Amino acid sequence: MGDLFWIFISAMVVNNFTLFYFLGLCPFMGVSGRVYTALRMGAANIFVLTVASICAWFLNAFVLPYAPYLKLISFILVIASAVQITEMTIKKLSPALFRALGIYLPLITTNCAILFMAWTQANRGYNFFQGLAFAWGAGAGLTLALVLMASIRENLLFSKVPEIAKGNAIVFIIAGILSLAFMGFAGLLST
Amino acid sequence: MRLPQLLVTASPHLKGPDTTPKIMWNVVGTLVPVIAAAGYFFGFGALLVVFAATLGSLLTEWVFGPKGSLRDGSGVITGLLLGLTLPPGFPLWMAFIGGVVAIGFGKLIFGGLGQNIFNPALLGRAFLQAAFPVAITTWPVGGGGFWDVRAENLSLPFMGLGQTDTVTGATPLGLMKFEGVATAVRDLFLGTIGGSAGETSALVITLCGGYLALRNFLNWRIPISIFITVAVLSELLHLLNPAYPGPLFMLFSGGLMIGAWFMATDMVTSPVTHKGCWIFGAGIGALVVIIRLWGGLPEGVMYSILIMNAFVPYINRATQPTVFGTRVTEAAS
Repeated sequence: MGDLFWIFISAMVVNNFTLFYFLGLCPFMGVSGRVYTALRMGAANIFVLTVASICAWFLNAFVLPYAPYLKLISFILVIASAVQITEMTIKKLSPALFRALGIYLPLITTNCAILFMAWTQANRGYNFFQGLAFAWGAGAGLTLALVLMASIRENLLFSKVPEIAKGNAIVFIIAGILSLAFMGFAGLLST
Repeated sequence: MRLPQLLVTASPHLKGPDTTPKIMWNVVGTLVPVIAAAGYFFGFGALLVVFAATLGSLLTEWVFGPKGSLRDGSGVITGLLLGLTLPPGFPLWMAFIGGVVAIGFGKLIFGGLGQNIFNPALLGRAFLQAAFPVAITTWPVGGGGFWDVRAENLSLPFMGLGQTDTVTGATPLGLMKFEGVATAVRDLFLGTIGGSAGETSALVITLCGGYLALRNFLNWRIPISIFITVAVLSELLHLLNPAYPGPLFMLFSGGLMIGAWFMATDMVTSPVTHKGCWIFGAGIGALVVIIRLWGGLPEGVMYSILIMNAFVPYINRATQPTVFGTRVTEAAS
């Protein structure tokens, strides 16, 4: 149990995908305008990461030992199609859940954060549950970064940001500052 | 014939006597004893560092800031606080750059005073910590004559750190973390220890911060909640495992005092509501304990405050009080 918790915390705050690895920046910049949409995006991220983690574990355990050169291409293909199939199933079974997550799913199935998660999980040789803990930690970290950025940006609507820094420029600057602040967690739990 | 005029203004209609410049210059005034303590413990070099950081802030404010913004005193505070959190042997040109970054990227890029999200002084220091990790963790010991300026202070860009003939020593937190040596609480309280220029003397900082709290220029809930959280958490951990330092050591060492009294209470970057202030302070305290005890760095006050600064907009949203007369169902939705 203990190592699952450390994997989770490490992926969430110490090696936060957005603020430490700079992955998944497209949703981070694009969908962080409002807290409400940011939360939805985070939930969709957690969902896709979970699917991706299960797929990656399956591929790693049963397919890749026989064909190691297929790693990257099989991850992309299998994860994208698995998410697509799940999305169609949700649409059929639970229209409410589909409306909550649906529009974001196609946006992130081929996101670098998802691929990185699957890749790292395979490289570190995580078993099924460690992989899930890693995926949920990464998802929680992405959600945390998205919500923080969204609440800051909602605040910025009242600020007189100078013309040169308006729009994405100030978002990148804030992302840099957040990343500086999260450097404080560097080395946490490593001893 | 003159038409009758009806003057309509938005609330608040009652105004207090405290203006922004008045509060800011009061804070500058209360920082004078802290600066004097820095000079007393570390000599003239520490004062030069504070001066260089302030010069950097003021120049940036003057060049890029709105007209007349130098007069409100906020730029001076940023520079002074930044200088006080730097090691006394810090190269002056680095301190100057820190001041420029603090005002430029900490305040002006967000639109100036009152609109920034992060504490400018701490942002400048975080930048310096990332850019010059060696220089900012080199702690010269006090002593020597007042006018002895350290060689590192006067080093130039791209020329290395100058002659390294200064006696350096670890800070109490570094000693605790890497060698397991505790420092006497009395030294921590008075400030006769290694550390950043203005952070060593818990006594002076508490007196100055307490004065500001009495004048209501800072929200006392923030430092108190930080102290309570740090004390309770470290006492519990100390009881579980005596290898962890006790609450008095945790409270008086490092930048906790100056961070809690002067940085976290920055009016712009702390929560608006009282409830939010308690949450904000508790978050800082918990993060400080986590980073100090389990993190890779010996000190975490700066990062804790910056991280909680990022949470402030969300805390403000979450603790928004219900407007009197609003129906409960409306407020809940």
